[in-house]
Amino acid sequence: MKKTAFYGALTVAGFAASMASAATLDDVKERGVLNCGVTTGLVGFASPDANGVWDGFDVGVCRAVAAAVLGDSDAVEFVPTTGKTRFTALASGEIDMLARNTTWTFSRDVDLKFEFVGINYYDGQGFLVPRDLGVSSAKELDGATVCIQTGTTTELNLADYFRSNNISYEPVPIETNAEGQQQYLAGACDVYTTDASGLAATRAAFENPADHVVLPEIVSKEPLGPLVRHGDNDWADVVRWSLNALIAAEELGVTSANIEELAAAPTGNPEVNRLLGTEGELGAMLGLEADWAKNAIAAGGNYGELFEKNIGENTPIGLARGLNAQWTDGGLLYSPPFR
Amino acid sequence: MSDTHAHSVAFVRTEPLPELPPPPGETGMVKWMQQNLFSSIPSSILTLVSLYVIYLLVAFVAPWMANGIWNTDSLAECRTALDGATGACFSVISERWNQLLFGFSYPTEFYWRPGLAFILLFVAAAPVMFFDLPRKMLIFTGLYPFIAFWLIWGGTIYTPLFALAGVVVGYLVYSRYVKDSFAMGFFGGVIAAFITWFIGGYIVDAIAPAEPFLEAVASRNMGGFMLNMILGVVCVSLSLPLGIVLALGRQSDMPIIKWICVVFIEFIRGVPLITLLFVANVVLAFFLPPGTTFDLILRVIIMITMFSAAYIAEVIRGGLAALPKGQYEAADSLGLDYAQAMRLIILPQALKISIPGIVNVAVGLFKDTVLVSVISMFDLLGMIRGPILSSTEWNGVYWELFMAASVLFFVVCYGISQYSQWLERRLATDHR
Repeated sequence: MKKTAFYGALTVAGFAASMASAATLDDVKERGVLNCGVTTGLVGFASPDANGVWDGFDVGVCRAVAAAVLGDSDAVEFVPTTGKTRFTALASGEIDMLARNTTWTFSRDVDLKFEFVGINYYDGQGFLVPRDLGVSSAKELDGATVCIQTGTTTELNLADYFRSNNISYEPVPIETNAEGQQQYLAGACDVYTTDASGLAATRAAFENPADHVVLPEIVSKEPLGPLVRHGDNDWADVVRWSLNALIAAEELGVTSANIEELAAAPTGNPEVNRLLGTEGELGAMLGLEADWAKNAIAAGGNYGELFEKNIGENTPIGLARGLNAQWTDGGLLYSPPFR
Repeated sequence: MSDTHAHSVAFVRTEPLPELPPPPGETGMVKWMQQNLFSSIPSSILTLVSLYVIYLLVAFVAPWMANGIWNTDSLAECRTALDGATGACFSVISERWNQLLFGFSYPTEFYWRPGLAFILLFVAAAPVMFFDLPRKMLIFTGLYPFIAFWLIWGGTIYTPLFALAGVVVGYLVYSRYVKDSFAMGFFGGVIAAFITWFIGGYIVDAIAPAEPFLEAVASRNMGGFMLNMILGVVCVSLSLPLGIVLALGRQSDMPIIKWICVVFIEFIRGVPLITLLFVANVVLAFFLPPGTTFDLILRVIIMITMFSAAYIAEVIRGGLAALPKGQYEAADSLGLDYAQAMRLIILPQALKISIPGIVNVAVGLFKDTVLVSVISMFDLLGMIRGPILSSTEWNGVYWELFMAASVLFFVVCYGISQYSQWLERRLATDHR
């Protein structure tokens, strides 16, 4: 079977790649499993536990989409990708969607022919300093040595920020986050800079996290979100509105605890009814069951619950909601209406 | 006269004096230390400095190792248990030991299968490595690849059976026609094997039971040190014959064969292994229709095998070049044809010369298998850098994990190296 498929592949390779993007939704339904690209491991966002079960904030998005499409949050095949293999895995059709803390940028959206369907985490580059340094703002870092990953956008952002504030710094180039932690703890640099979520996770792993502070300045925009291939708008809609359903659920007060009760019969709030399929035909418009959003939310809870469970203030990572709060709470999360 | 002499000497010792101990300072520890450690002022200084460095290392490492904690569930618990004292958190190794060995998605209840395959590996390798063992054990060696495949990947037993059948048919065709012409026998055998596999593929699809005796495990669920072992063992054993063929082909008088071999070797050697792995993982995916799973492990095995075969070919070419021309002429004068001359006279000598080089490539290749972690396969290093370090419990544990990985690799590589030294001594026929 495999062999014959391989021979066939040699002849129809060109076609198939273009045809595949046509109906991902049908492919997923037929396969019964969602192929979701995740990281090979990032604290709080995606990592398998001691039993090999994937868990994390990005993983929660995958599970929500699987639940919306297939009604089963476990019908996901997690395909681990590295920073180098993620885009080809998506472009070649090996995965149906990528939920791998990927920054939404112009060139990735336009030039690489992907479709970012939303933002599930607003990140940004921050600074981690020892409390002993007595610094309360990044503007006081004149002359500091900074550990920074080479060849990343963080390097460029840092140079821009220091230049625009007319202060100087001395870079200490490092390769990986692990190296950065060690160098920073060994005192090779005064400041460690990378994405704020990464800084929080790094700090959480320290022996005395309280001895280190993340400075309030965020010097870059890193909107992270799930993405799909260009050209299959139906599938992009499914992923986009699954994510929006999680966000809207939090805004509307729908949680994994009360969802059964709210979905049992139409409630007083028409938008909740439309979201949970007790009123209107939203599911059918997407080509899904009427209870798609209910399944997506029941999979791991609404956006807020996912956040609190994986990266929130009660976890070792301890991220505050910040920009990732609902728009009603002064954040940037704003789901278009379900109507 | 003799009497006179006898009387003129008052005493004649009839037995030798007992040996006195050598003067103090000329023997034992003191002498050794004086000669080797304190022979001159500069070397005395170096000795003292080295001793101090060793002391520092031991003073740092020993309590860290001795205080090691083996039974907590997370780094935070481990630090609480240590309570500020220096100590290692070996608990990460004990908690994730199975993941380090088998990856995180190999089904727990089937761990015995790769374990058994690993034990059988020694039985299969023994007759190849130690020629004093009974030759009949080679039958098991021939069957081992199919048994190991069935144990590790599971699934219907017909797949390895038909793979074996293809090899057997190919061999039968080969031995039937090789007497007439080597080329005919060789290509006839290859074609017959492929036909058998092709037909077998359809038969297996038709008769495969829905519930095979050993449940199938997908390739993407392989991981940990098991993956390194699979890649290392398979690629070394495949690249050795391929390397011999390439080395001989490069020396061939037939221009097409010669140039194919030269281009292959030079091209592969001129490309970094990591590039080939990216080709295997990423580029090939574009040429395959979505949903086709041309097994990733198979793709990687092909690439690593090609890579190491090119190196081994050059090592063996060195061995061939080291043989005096007289050996080739002697073979010719005995009336041996090419295959006989190579098999009986040239290769045994050339391979013996090449052993250190081949072992060097094999050890390097085995360690290079960790590169697959870059193309998101979870080998030992991939497990550490990915899932284990990114779990909330163990984020921040580095030394213990990488030390465990080093120990595992060291044991295997040191074993290979010791075996090769034994082999060189065993094969030494000269009188050096």
